[in-house]
Amino acid sequence: MKRVGLLLLFGLLVIALVACQPGARAAYGGVIKIGHVAPLTGDIPKVGEEGKYALEMWLEDLEKAGGLEVGGVKYKVEVIHEDNESKAESAANATSKLIAEDKVLAIIGPYASKQAIPAGEVANKMKTPLISPWSTNPRTTKGRPFVFRAAFLDDFQGRMLAKFVQDEFGAKKVAVLYDVASDYPKGLAEFFKQGAEELGIEVVAFETFTTKDRDFSAQLTKIINSDAEVLFTPQYYDEVPLIVKQAHQLGWDKPILGSDSWASPELMNLCGDDCVGSFFSAHWAVAGAKGAAKEFIDRFQSKYGYAPGDVAALAWDSAHLLQQAIQGCGKLTGKLEEDRQCIRDALANIKQYEGITGKMSFNEEGDPIKCAVIVRINENYEFEFYKQACP
Amino acid sequence: MPLMSATELAQQLFNALQWGSFYALIALGYSMVYSILMLFNFAHGDVFMVGAYIGFFVATALLGLAGAGLLFSSSWALFVLTLLLTMFLTSFVGVAVERVAYRPLRDAPRASAAITGLMVGIFMETFILWRLGASRRYFPPLLETKTFQIATVHVTNIKVLTILLSLALMLALNIFIQKTKTGMAMRAMSFDYAIVPLMGVPMDRIIVLTFALGSSLAGAASVLFALSYPVLEPYMGVIIGWKAFVAAILGGRGSILGAVLGGFLLGVIEILVAALLTSTMRDLVAYSIVLLILTFRPYGLFGEEYSARLRI
Repeated sequence: MKRVGLLLLFGLLVIALVACQPGARAAYGGVIKIGHVAPLTGDIPKVGEEGKYALEMWLEDLEKAGGLEVGGVKYKVEVIHEDNESKAESAANATSKLIAEDKVLAIIGPYASKQAIPAGEVANKMKTPLISPWSTNPRTTKGRPFVFRAAFLDDFQGRMLAKFVQDEFGAKKVAVLYDVASDYPKGLAEFFKQGAEELGIEVVAFETFTTKDRDFSAQLTKIINSDAEVLFTPQYYDEVPLIVKQAHQLGWDKPILGSDSWASPELMNLCGDDCVGSFFSAHWAVAGAKGAAKEFIDRFQSKYGYAPGDVAALAWDSAHLLQQAIQGCGKLTGKLEEDRQCIRDALANIKQYEGITGKMSFNEEGDPIKCAVIVRINENYEFEFYKQACP
Repeated sequence: MPLMSATELAQQLFNALQWGSFYALIALGYSMVYSILMLFNFAHGDVFMVGAYIGFFVATALLGLAGAGLLFSSSWALFVLTLLLTMFLTSFVGVAVERVAYRPLRDAPRASAAITGLMVGIFMETFILWRLGASRRYFPPLLETKTFQIATVHVTNIKVLTILLSLALMLALNIFIQKTKTGMAMRAMSFDYAIVPLMGVPMDRIIVLTFALGSSLAGAASVLFALSYPVLEPYMGVIIGWKAFVAAILGGRGSILGAVLGGFLLGVIEILVAALLTSTMRDLVAYSIVLLILTFRPYGLFGEEYSARLRI
């Protein structure tokens, strides 16, 4: 009697399992899972927030269209947000959790190179495509077939900024202040130095600090006494206001130049008048945007109450690149390994892409070749287009 | 080529004095509590952080009232009021830490109490993170920063204020401990924790007062800090807290003068190392120097071998 009951139970289970399978051809139960690794807390929470909002807008569009169509089947797309606390270790952990436990098909993020480099290593080892929207350090994608990005690279950015220093200010001597404990500022500072020296500009002060430092008076005093003509500081928005204000208080009245990490909507809330008149390199300029970029800015602004920065735009472009790759796959088999490989191949096959941050073409490393802009912070606290620089 | 011009040296020493003020003010809290409870209050750095947030809300509220015409709008008056209110409110944070983390463990091993202190510190960080979000808060500029030059040294009114006010607070603390009856009770308690209460000194009240005083100094430090470095975040107290702890040890446990001089000394070491050598090596060299000092003077500059009684 007992055995019959057990058999019956087993039979029911089989029927239940078969019956639960919706539409025989949709893999993964009709849901495509995408991971998002972002600094939702930590040093640069605004970056994580912007990325998250951009992806939410993407999902909204997909939902309106009834899902993402891959090979004739409509899939619901789900994004799983993981906080990396702006730490390298947490980014690696979050990435492997998304891949192993949540079984995502692909990952968007992390943003800062400090997190994108270790996360890229994990994703590459676990053969899952990862697109970092904002990481500009070459090491993020180098020798990693599964890792892609939507931003330009620091060797280009560093050289371009050095050229700008020469053309715009005619400077012969520059100073650099950067965080030596973070991959992005460190890499970019070194590329800038290289670029400057190649142009015959002398780097008279190459000063460092470590993450979370709040007082830069020792370094800035040294820089001020070094007869440098321009100060370059490739830092994030939570340090830039402190550096700029302290520099002015210690008597610095010469130009200050920044990098794409400055471009946060939060910067001017923290920095105010002190940052007005500074220049920095960026992926796009909000003031004066046209076409699809303008549409995106207006929609973001009305939905979340502030104008999106570079990060939101790059996250948006990354999501659409990924969407194009998934669709380019033709169909999903339901086997994670195969589908991840297929998405990677499709991503690698995209040669040209027109995003809201500009036209990109991809090289064999999976790095986009695209133009950068120099923006000036104007008196209305806007990031105004000043100049375009192309590789 | 000389290592540094006289102009630069003067500027760097001024920078160090300002930076050391924060270490000194925070170090006092560590030292006072240690002398009485033989315990380092590892939540103290986070009390400083909470103080900065209290200051933020107090300043914002006062500016709001002043803006609405309900309060005088002199910026100095607003600053003084913010400072006093923040000191007052932050003292309750210290008292709460004592009540939650230390009093229940007063007879437990010291290590356990140190750990509960650390836990309460982490609790405060994550609580702020949870309630206020990860976004930075911008401390409102209560006083307009004015830059001027004394000889060749660039100073701001806020930096001068920081140094002077810190020294004044330290002096006031000194007088309190030396001249008042309560101060005497505190000194007595630090002399012998077991016997003095038997002579009618109210132990709990003195301990609470010690925490309140130390925390209000941290509160003052946080308002001054936020005026100079106006970006607030929930983990801002961790590193400065640890370094002030080093300053307290460097000065000598229980010594008021030691904590103050330890704080300033640490500021000078840090700034001069960054100025003379590369700034990349700052903490490495600076803390090697601290290590060296402690190797030769294990009880700190003003330390006493067998006791940590509260003294000047």
